[in-house]
Amino acid sequence: MKKMLFILSVLVVASMVLAACGPSGPAECADELGCAEYGPDDPIRIASALVITGPDAQLGLDSQHGVEIAIAMRGDVAGHSVELQAEDDGCNAEGGQAAGQKIVSDPSIVAVVGTSCSGAGVPMSKVISEAGYVMVSPSNTAPSLTDPAQAFNPGYLRTAHNDKVQGAAMAKFAYEVLGLKTAAAIHDGDPYTEGLANAFRESFEGMGGKVVAFTAVSKGDTDMKPVLTAVAASEGGAPEFLFFPVFTAECAFLAKQTKEVSGLENTIAAAADGCFSAAAAEAIGEAGNGMYFSGPDLSFSGDTYVTFKQQYNTLFGSDPISVFHAHAFDATNMIFDCIESVGVTGADGSLSVGRAAMRTCLYATSGFQGITGTLTCNQYGDCADPKISVSILENSEYKRIWP
Amino acid sequence: MQRRLQNINYLDFVLWFIRVSIIVFVAWGTIATLLDNPYSADVWVNFTVLGLAQGSMYALIAIGYTLVYGVLFMINFAHGEFFMSGIMTATVFIAGPLSASGYLNNHPVISLLLILVVSMITSVGVAILTERVAYRPLRKAPRLVPLITALGASTFLQYTFRGLFGSEVKPFPQVEALSGKISFLGTEILQTQMVVIIATVIMLVGLYLFVMRTKTGKAIRAVAEDKDVAALMGIDVDRTIAITFALGASMAGAAGVLYALVFRQVHFYMGFLPGLKAFTAAVLGGIGSIPGAAVGGLFLGIFESVGPPLFLDGLNVPAYHQLKDVITFTLLVLVLIFRPQGIVGERLAEKKA
Repeated sequence: MKKMLFILSVLVVASMVLAACGPSGPAECADELGCAEYGPDDPIRIASALVITGPDAQLGLDSQHGVEIAIAMRGDVAGHSVELQAEDDGCNAEGGQAAGQKIVSDPSIVAVVGTSCSGAGVPMSKVISEAGYVMVSPSNTAPSLTDPAQAFNPGYLRTAHNDKVQGAAMAKFAYEVLGLKTAAAIHDGDPYTEGLANAFRESFEGMGGKVVAFTAVSKGDTDMKPVLTAVAASEGGAPEFLFFPVFTAECAFLAKQTKEVSGLENTIAAAADGCFSAAAAEAIGEAGNGMYFSGPDLSFSGDTYVTFKQQYNTLFGSDPISVFHAHAFDATNMIFDCIESVGVTGADGSLSVGRAAMRTCLYATSGFQGITGTLTCNQYGDCADPKISVSILENSEYKRIWP
Repeated sequence: MQRRLQNINYLDFVLWFIRVSIIVFVAWGTIATLLDNPYSADVWVNFTVLGLAQGSMYALIAIGYTLVYGVLFMINFAHGEFFMSGIMTATVFIAGPLSASGYLNNHPVISLLLILVVSMITSVGVAILTERVAYRPLRKAPRLVPLITALGASTFLQYTFRGLFGSEVKPFPQVEALSGKISFLGTEILQTQMVVIIATVIMLVGLYLFVMRTKTGKAIRAVAEDKDVAALMGIDVDRTIAITFALGASMAGAAGVLYALVFRQVHFYMGFLPGLKAFTAAVLGGIGSIPGAAVGGLFLGIFESVGPPLFLDGLNVPAYHQLKDVITFTLLVLVLIFRPQGIVGERLAEKKA
């Protein structure tokens, strides 16, 4: 009996030693937040959580196309193919929460590209952060998401600009370039629109302008005339400049109805990147002539963008349909770079990617050469190389005019 | 008296407290606004006309809810999609091409009639198909079953139309003949709003006469009263129910055209919220009653437009227009507390309730 035990224990110890240094075992995980593990033939799985249904679907589909092109152009990552699980953020808090829960219940997902809308990003970044995952948003621009005093959660990063930059750019354009002294802003209660409208107000007032009305509509509203009538009748007089950084449907209603409200006939209307797409230009139609739009500067140069656009046309049959495809492409490639640098490949070809290591790697991204510029992340996840431009809409064509 | 007091329990007390506090709040807000007087009289007239135009559309859609509820005691949540389907189709196949060729602005009357006819026919077609496929097989099922089916049909129709016409917002062309303003009670209102209000009145009166004066209308009323007895009297119940759906859908199709004239854009998701609001309007007015749907719709439209500035401006509530749904649904709750049968609704017979 004693002899048998001895032999057994020798065998156990021997097999453990063999497993530790032998050439056949899978990669070990020593990460404090756990690892995403893939067998030798398994694809690496990433998720996207973008708005792909509902009225703002164009915005999210465009970004999703960016992710798909990044996967197609990259080929294998760390010796594995890549599989995308596409979720819908619904462009609202409930959708972000649901998509987040679904993603963190799947241990094979290593990282998330999302969300499209800041409103969905707030709850989702909490879910993702608590589960130890990591997300990179291509289009959340609300200042609160990377503000540790507000909605920042570790594990959240973004390649989109912070709206403090965009709001200030629009205010500067209105006050200095157009020379207008009174303005009004309308948002729809979404963190993105409210944050941007607030950033605009602060900058415009900081430069010496007067914001005569600062109000809001609701998502899904169609009749904006009561709000606009109230804005036209505000105490400081009808504004010379009206900024409504809302999404396509509401933006088009506001653009059309502004011209119909007494007192606002000569007011210059402006919107932002949530309403900056070919589809939005078509929806607004002739009412948009002379309207201004701020957004990320899309005059990208470089060979990657040329190839990207060709791929977009081949795979999806059109030019990019909204503005954040390149940001999604860069976000995906940042994730791939980090998988390659922190992933541990076992001798059998299996791959283990530590989640804490993934986070550290992404926050340490520095000098990353993407389509949208040279990206360097700060400790709160702002990675963008923000370039904001203002375009004017003429006959359903956007013309970049400033800077 | 003594016994009545004893019967007042805790719940009654809380309910009365809520009612009184809402009324006090509304009165306080209204007085504060009127004292502050932020808007001139013509702005108030403007708010009212805006509300009337929006309410007219709610009224037309609400008719569909009320008619179907009258005969089937079922809330047809797919009704908003009947509204969407007609005008989406008419925009893509009629209004878009007519506008591109310039015909729309050269012959506005013919074009608009064509758009109206196509929109109404499509809505009616979708409604009859939905009734046949999704509701008729469930006629004998418990009342909760068709309700769930209606929600399913609603989603199905939305995404069918998304598949057919795409997910982007589609512009409806500006009709130049209707683009100006006319003066009215010291203010200027849009011609399209005038068209909406007048067209709604004509259609509602027409519908009322149809239901009250024609043989088919009589059949609808008979089926609403008692299906079994109506069948014994030689009325084809299935056919009458299909006609009821068609009537409601034709009103929704017309409402779609008015919507497109005023808001000039359509979208596969556009039916959801107006559908919900129109349902509210139908309940507000008294579901099952045609004048009720009309009154409820107009009431709701005016409250949405006038309510926020009137009740909330004086209380210095920021961005009070966002709260218009709070106001309208509070109104709904209040009306249901004081008049459960709706503003003009009759008390339902025991059998129906």
